[in-house]
Amino acid sequence: MSVVTLTVNGQDVAVPAGASLLEATRAAEANVPTLCHLEGLTPVSSCRLCLVEVEGSGKLLPACSTAAAEGMVVHTHTPRLREYRRMTVELFFAEGNHVCAVCVANTHCELQDMAVTVGMDHSRFPYQYPQRPVDATHPQFTLDHNRCILCTRCVRVCDEIEGAHVWDIGSRGGQCHIVAGLDEPWGQVQACTSCGKCVDVCPTGALFRNSDTTAEKQPNTTLPALLRTAREQHRWHNQ
Amino acid sequence: MTRTVIIDPVTRIEGHAKITLHLDEAGHLTDTRFHVVEYRGFEKFCEGRPFTEMAGITARICGICPVSHLLAAAKTGDKLLAISIPPAADKLRRLLNLAQLTQSHALSFFHLSSPDFLLGWESDPAKRNVFGLMAADPDLARAGIRLRQFGQQILELLGGRKIHSAWAVPGGVRSPLSQEAKDWILDRLPEARATVTLALELYKTLLDGPLQKEQRVFGDFPSLFMGLVTPKGLWEHIDGGIRFRDANGAIVADQLSEDDYAEFLGEAVEPWSYLKFPYYKPLGYPAGIYRVGPLARLNVCDSIGTPWADRELAELRQRSGQTATSSFAYHHARLVEIVACLEAIEALVQDPELMHGRIRLRASLNRNEAVGVSEAPRGTLFHHYKVDDDGLLTSVNLIIATGQNNLAMNRTVHQIAQEYIPDPVPAGAEIPEAMLNRVEAGIRCFDPCLSCSTHAAGQMPLRLQLLAADGTVLAERLRG
Repeated sequence: MSVVTLTVNGQDVAVPAGASLLEATRAAEANVPTLCHLEGLTPVSSCRLCLVEVEGSGKLLPACSTAAAEGMVVHTHTPRLREYRRMTVELFFAEGNHVCAVCVANTHCELQDMAVTVGMDHSRFPYQYPQRPVDATHPQFTLDHNRCILCTRCVRVCDEIEGAHVWDIGSRGGQCHIVAGLDEPWGQVQACTSCGKCVDVCPTGALFRNSDTTAEKQPNTTLPALLRTAREQHRWHNQ
Repeated sequence: MTRTVIIDPVTRIEGHAKITLHLDEAGHLTDTRFHVVEYRGFEKFCEGRPFTEMAGITARICGICPVSHLLAAAKTGDKLLAISIPPAADKLRRLLNLAQLTQSHALSFFHLSSPDFLLGWESDPAKRNVFGLMAADPDLARAGIRLRQFGQQILELLGGRKIHSAWAVPGGVRSPLSQEAKDWILDRLPEARATVTLALELYKTLLDGPLQKEQRVFGDFPSLFMGLVTPKGLWEHIDGGIRFRDANGAIVADQLSEDDYAEFLGEAVEPWSYLKFPYYKPLGYPAGIYRVGPLARLNVCDSIGTPWADRELAELRQRSGQTATSSFAYHHARLVEIVACLEAIEALVQDPELMHGRIRLRASLNRNEAVGVSEAPRGTLFHHYKVDDDGLLTSVNLIIATGQNNLAMNRTVHQIAQEYIPDPVPAGAEIPEAMLNRVEAGIRCFDPCLSCSTHAAGQMPLRLQLLAADGTVLAERLRG
């Protein structure tokens, strides 16, 4: 197995060829924050929290979807990056309607945790208070667009792990939103197997079980990696 | 020229309000109005949300009585699911409400109102508060604070936090009472009993002495009283039926269902207040004035059903009438209710059913409309939800205790103003602070929670204005 060597925050690290910069930063224990990234799912770089500085590159690069290359010199926690990360999280909060106090995901929310991680105590951007609907047509689950940060974990887990491809992104720009089927009420999408994987991996309270009330949501974000590994290693008898 | 005296803000109550005293051209008092000047709009912004969130959302209406909203919302949720919650869950919810009544009544009596009785109506307003009480009688202040803490601690033992817990949910409650929590409650009960005994003795001494006049002029007028009673007519705080009793003690209506509230309760609106004016429909507005809260609950019930509380209730009725009509008796009623709560808490925590069995049922939506009721510390609270077939709210109506006392509060401040404000008020004369304090104290009898009643924001300082006939503000007193 070939290996590439690079420097992360002044520390030399070696990772297998083809590994991402995110894996390299983790090898260096650099603790780069992520929201949309989830082990077991294809990276999409939608949240922009894992941006890092690579010497010689004129722009910031998302660590999750950039391949580590020989000789790279990477910085993960410069003042500029810290400021951008905080701004990014502030924009998430300003863009949607995130009312932690009454949210099903309160105390189990990755966005909430991220706000603490990046030191966000308020948003410097004006809250947009968008008018967004709640889709409660599914008999077991609810989608609250107010809390969606468009990380697309639900889109990917449904497509890549469950193989049902219920979810997609609809519209453009600020109107972007998750759509079920062909932009139908979720409860009417026949492709949905009601497996609940999308609910398990959602980092916020956007997807939840109908019986969950304030702070009751219990996510399970390790599932995709477990399932993918099990499939790749043929751990089931019928494979 | 006519004038208006304005008290703004009203102090030592929960929320924002002002009182205006209107004088005619000769300086005679013509009208008194209690204005609630805050607005939050919970009923509107809850629309579109899943009904399962309502317990968590509406608990946020108020930091003093979140439990009342939590329970009313959970009960409304039970009815939307069309289920009967398990006995253990019902008893745990009861324990929560009893603790809430205890802590809220202790707050009203010791922290907010007792400085008037114990330090004097004319004492320095800067010291006429709980801190002044601590300086004057540290043992009493400490006991009062610890009594409130007893109630608050039970809320935390059950719900995980003292304020804004989301522990009661449609279908039951989230977690049981632990053995350690039960032991703690039993351990602290004797101290709580001793404190309320002390407070009752002190209060009765004051009633026999310096507070005789207040008992007579602080909102003593005939009205209806409304509250929950058990099917046998005993004191109740969470289930049962609604009873109306008139000032003569006659039962006007009994065992009404909260489901039919719109048939017997009307809501009038006045342009000068955000607080609605509910009234008993069969008598019309404003003749259908009724009072809710501790005094109303004690007036409507036949008895409480526990020995010590029934003895205290008998004494209250002996002092203030079989149906007590003075709003000042709310203070006494609060202390009697604390006794009732402590006795009920003691019985509940020793009930084996409290600690065993299911505590939560899960079900799908089975109804599109439901009304839930609970007795908040300040009176009967209704939550009325309509939902679509997916369980999203299409309509929310919250009828709050303080709102139902609105007409009575207006009448109380008018009666107090008539008694204490000089008649006529000489042109240009300043009204002494102690007189204005008594007007405010009339409001404090009801322990109003304006944050709840308008579902509105903030703490509640009070403002008093003296207005001329043309609306000019002649005198204004701001306190916060």
